[in-house]
Amino acid sequence: MAPMTRVVLAEDEVLLREGLVGLLNRFDFEVVAAVGSVPALLDAVRTQKPDLVVTDIRMPPQHRDDGLRAAVTLRAEQPHLAVVVLSQYVQSEYASALLSSGDGRRVGYLLKDRVADVADFVVTLRRVAAGGTAIDPDVVRQLLLRPHDPLAALSTREREVLALIAEGHSNAAIAGKLFITEAAIGKHVGNILTKLELPPSDDTNRRVLAVLTYLRTGPPRPS
Amino acid sequence: MTLDRPRHLAAALRRPGYLLSSWPWRALVYAACTLPIAGALFVGLLAVVAPLWATISAVRRGQSVELPVVIFLTVAGLALLALAPIVSAVVAPLERWRLGLVDPRPLAGARIRGLAARYPSPAAWREVAYLCWLGGAVPVAYWMLSLLVLLDFTLIASPWLAVDSDRVILVQTTVDTPGQAIPYAVVGLLFIPVLWYLLGLLVAVQAVVARRLLGGPVAGVALREVTRSRTRLVNAYEAERRRIERDVHDAAQPRLTSLTLQLGLAKLDVPDDSPAAKPLAIAHGQAKALMVTLRQIVQGIRPQHLAELGLAGAVRELAAATTVPVAVHADLRQRLPELIETTAYFVVSESVSNVAQHAQATRAEVRLTQADQDLVVEVEDNGRGGASPGHGTGLTGLADRVAAVNGRLLLASPAGGPTVLRVELPWHR
Repeated sequence: MAPMTRVVLAEDEVLLREGLVGLLNRFDFEVVAAVGSVPALLDAVRTQKPDLVVTDIRMPPQHRDDGLRAAVTLRAEQPHLAVVVLSQYVQSEYASALLSSGDGRRVGYLLKDRVADVADFVVTLRRVAAGGTAIDPDVVRQLLLRPHDPLAALSTREREVLALIAEGHSNAAIAGKLFITEAAIGKHVGNILTKLELPPSDDTNRRVLAVLTYLRTGPPRPS
Repeated sequence: MTLDRPRHLAAALRRPGYLLSSWPWRALVYAACTLPIAGALFVGLLAVVAPLWATISAVRRGQSVELPVVIFLTVAGLALLALAPIVSAVVAPLERWRLGLVDPRPLAGARIRGLAARYPSPAAWREVAYLCWLGGAVPVAYWMLSLLVLLDFTLIASPWLAVDSDRVILVQTTVDTPGQAIPYAVVGLLFIPVLWYLLGLLVAVQAVVARRLLGGPVAGVALREVTRSRTRLVNAYEAERRRIERDVHDAAQPRLTSLTLQLGLAKLDVPDDSPAAKPLAIAHGQAKALMVTLRQIVQGIRPQHLAELGLAGAVRELAAATTVPVAVHADLRQRLPELIETTAYFVVSESVSNVAQHAQATRAEVRLTQADQDLVVEVEDNGRGGASPGHGTGLTGLADRVAAVNGRLLLASPAGGPTVLRVELPWHR
């Protein structure tokens, strides 16, 4: 049996924290610490060395983007740490900051709403813990609306495919969702990578780069 | 007509009952006490101006001017300049008090504390200008008026004068007998009301000049106070929005998420064929929909992006979420006061949504520029134009918001486009 994924959870609202602990425990995650503030989160991660961190963005002490900054800090300290950040609002700049941390893998940026779809949420957590990337569909949708982006060269179908890649789906899963063959998906992915001028190397990494291109064509962070 | 009793001399002069009111007498008292003050100032001015005048005339006639004269004039001129603000410190309060006789309306204006503070103060030099008027122009006017009064008295007294001395010279004619003089006396009597009016007019002009030069900008002060209180109100309103947003975010939203999560967990345990499965699924769906609704409500109360990303970042997020392509150019050097940022954000938000809904535009541009005093927000689109506050496109509300922070809203939207909306928000306090 595979070892349980060790999780540190940070959420300042007690009821929601307990609900999430219950959810995680139910699906072979081991919650090694459940905390309610950023300093406690940093402490717990440094002592417990978990596989996965699930954190809220707005948390004490400053109730701003404390959780996100903690996530970026922790990723700098432990590049292999998987982090899923939960946000009350869609904010593509946050997703961008998170994806730019480390190699852009093992990160997830989700609307808090997604925890309600328990099964999907758990699948996403597992995917991120296993080295994938997960961006909230709402963020992806917003990015696709963005004008003047290098993605303008992509066809509608290719955009759909890239959106699903950004959400973290495999070629097979995308084929299933779009009702086309996996070979067709492979062809679309090839076109996307060519149009985004991503040189052929490690295929998985190029997929991440394609997603990053999405996010980096977005707004630069204010100075 | 007690309701609209005139409040000052200039207003009273235009009323039919002027001569029967107390106003002519007030003007008379004012004029009487003007004489010694204006006279003293006249003499003081004359001490310098008369030699100066004489010297200038001499120079114009080609005569040479001796050095002691030049030194005297220079020293006297400088002394006059140096002394004038001190003299005005004494005379100006007296004049303000005197003004109450003919114009009792309150006179605003900052009082200058200390003699040293008078020299750099524009208000003090306006007082000096008033002294020059009082010592220079007013005596000339009084002299002319007193000549008229003297002439009138002569006309009225002419019958008696004609009895005493055989001949009386009146203006250009000569009368010998009281009988001949009577028409002139009648004219003189009839001229008295004209004199009353002339006196009133002269004093009213004095009062207007005094009010201009001795008083501060009354209306300006009042307006500033109103604006300040309006800004306080808007600030209080903003603080309240912030509190509501925080309460919803900290208390309601996580609990709703928690509830929805529990419903989601329960769904996993209820078999699909259970009678509870369907209502549970519906409840779960409704809870999820409510999460979206609540988030939208909070966004409307207070934009989350603004607090976290600043104005430029928040406007970019806004642009990114708009269906029409919107280019954002932001040139902001620093974070602005929160109220200004919020107002600017709502300006962009409202305009961009107008562009998307009404303008039929294919692209739009938002420019944020930080000038020394103002934050300038410009939203331009290539749509059909014709936007006007009357068409219910939220422009009126926008204008109100802008006005509340003392800003300006300018709109150019000819039919056929393009539409440019420019808002200037003063941020520098």
